[in-house]
Amino acid sequence: MTAAAFQVEAIASSRRKRQTRRRTVLIAATLLLVAMFVLALMLGQSFTPPGNVIRVLLGQDVPGASFTVGKLRLPRAVMSILAGLSFGLAGAAFQIMLRNPLASPDIIGISVGASAAAVFAIVVLSLNGPLVSLFAVLSGLGVALLIYGLSFRNGVAGTRLILVGIGVSAMLESFIAYTLSKAPAWNLQEAMRWLTGSVNGAQLSQALPLLLALLVFGGLLLSRSRDLEALRLGDDMAAALGTDVPRTRALVIFAAVGTIAVATAVTGPISFVAFLSGPIAARMVGAQGSLLIPAALVGAALVLIGDYVGQFLLPGRYPVGVITGALGAPYLIYLIIRVNRTGKSL
Amino acid sequence: MTQHTLTISDLAAGYGDALVLGGLDLEVPTGGITAIVGANACGKSTLLRVMSRLLSPRSGQVLLDGKSIHRMPPRQLARTLGLLPQSPIAPEGITVADLVSRGRHPHQGLLSRWTQADDEAVASALEATKTFDLAERPVDELSGGQRQRVWIAMALAQQTDLLLLDEPTTFLDISHQVEVLDLLTDLNKRRGTTIVMVLHDLNLAARYADYLVAIADGRLHAAGKPEAILTEDTVRKVFGLESRIILDPTSGRPLMLPIGRHRMMIDGNP
Repeated sequence: MTAAAFQVEAIASSRRKRQTRRRTVLIAATLLLVAMFVLALMLGQSFTPPGNVIRVLLGQDVPGASFTVGKLRLPRAVMSILAGLSFGLAGAAFQIMLRNPLASPDIIGISVGASAAAVFAIVVLSLNGPLVSLFAVLSGLGVALLIYGLSFRNGVAGTRLILVGIGVSAMLESFIAYTLSKAPAWNLQEAMRWLTGSVNGAQLSQALPLLLALLVFGGLLLSRSRDLEALRLGDDMAAALGTDVPRTRALVIFAAVGTIAVATAVTGPISFVAFLSGPIAARMVGAQGSLLIPAALVGAALVLIGDYVGQFLLPGRYPVGVITGALGAPYLIYLIIRVNRTGKSL
Repeated sequence: MTQHTLTISDLAAGYGDALVLGGLDLEVPTGGITAIVGANACGKSTLLRVMSRLLSPRSGQVLLDGKSIHRMPPRQLARTLGLLPQSPIAPEGITVADLVSRGRHPHQGLLSRWTQADDEAVASALEATKTFDLAERPVDELSGGQRQRVWIAMALAQQTDLLLLDEPTTFLDISHQVEVLDLLTDLNKRRGTTIVMVLHDLNLAARYADYLVAIADGRLHAAGKPEAILTEDTVRKVFGLESRIILDPTSGRPLMLPIGRHRMMIDGNP
């Protein structure tokens, strides 16, 4: 029952081919993202030549460009990338763990939970900075536990969790709207941030906590990527392969909620980025290997592009969440129709 | 092949408030094929779930080489004890070779590289299950019988000395059922893998198993060689069914013919 040498070689070469393909796609996606980042620094109301962009990045004073690139475009682009990476990573982690594209944190109420806490902390408690993030993380975890608890009956079924999550999400959204309407002074921009997400008024000082959270929580998620891959084969099969399923699930929920909540505390829940990134990444790399990193890259690209479109390609200016929302909604409808057609559960 | 022993002592298990299994003792014959049989909801799948650590026992123990499997590091256990659950999920678009290679999971760490041994394990698993020619095909496109062989290949790639299977023949037509059971017998004979499976079909169980375990109402009703276990009395007590046992002319094992209320010969006429 042992295989011939030529068979082993065939298996090895097919595996190498899969790995090479994956690596190529990942490198291409990374390069593309870097290109988009550079373009985002060059383009805007006015065009800044690449030479000037580099000089500004190196800290030199360039009349005109120092302000537009250094103070306006750079913080915005950096924030878009960090938030996009966070949303894409955490969204895909949830979708893989529950084996359902609808199980994304922005559909099941976790992003909205973090957002509601941030609004409450800012508007009612007059807090700012890291405390708001802390509030958002705790509330995101609380909402995750609430949904988990409400949908628990002899274990957690994905469909039940999603339906409970959609309900919780609707409640929290009305809470945000109510709090904003009671706020002493609020403007439309701020309201839009907390309802659909926006990188307006981004500052570089906000990037550091976001980067730290991404490194800590995102690193934790990446360290579980093998176990998440095993979970794609079903909970029982994952356990049979030596994955500690309850522990993996708890860690993934904790880390994904942490990632998403910190990002949400800064940019608001940028609509559907978490939801869209995983499925797009799956189209790119196929079933081969973990989806986490590809989904993070897709998330960053979505936010960067969405923000650019919202600012410059449409009549009037829209926050990025409006654009990603407009992209995500049709996909959500498509998913629901497909589920309906195939008769499968969600 | 190494000699591992799997023993169950005074086991009780269940879900929520309901106790499904109680007071169960069993010694799985090393290097043999064991089939667990019983009526629906008798607890046979629950037994397999506890044996494979998918479910924690209420009391009692499952011991692998004298050590409780529920206290062992999961990855270490997964290198000795394999399991094919009833409905595993193939990710969309995955190829056969990719799926089978995931059986290597317990042998690989987070940063460890893919080794020659991994490729050999995958290739010989594909060869053993006659799925080598399907290696580059997407699993979604395979027939039910092919797909089941691919899942078994994945379990083989895990290279465990014990393999548990939960109803490996469900949803297969009769020729594929026989094919799967033949394949498992090959595996048992050539590699000495100890096999434990839950089987629905009593006659196939009696034909392919060296050891039959009959469960009734969450208790061990009888366990032993098929010749000793598959009797009219056992079928009555375990399934609540009248039957006749004859000698299977092909295998020389007992063959059960159910007796219902209709379709009986009267005075030698059908």
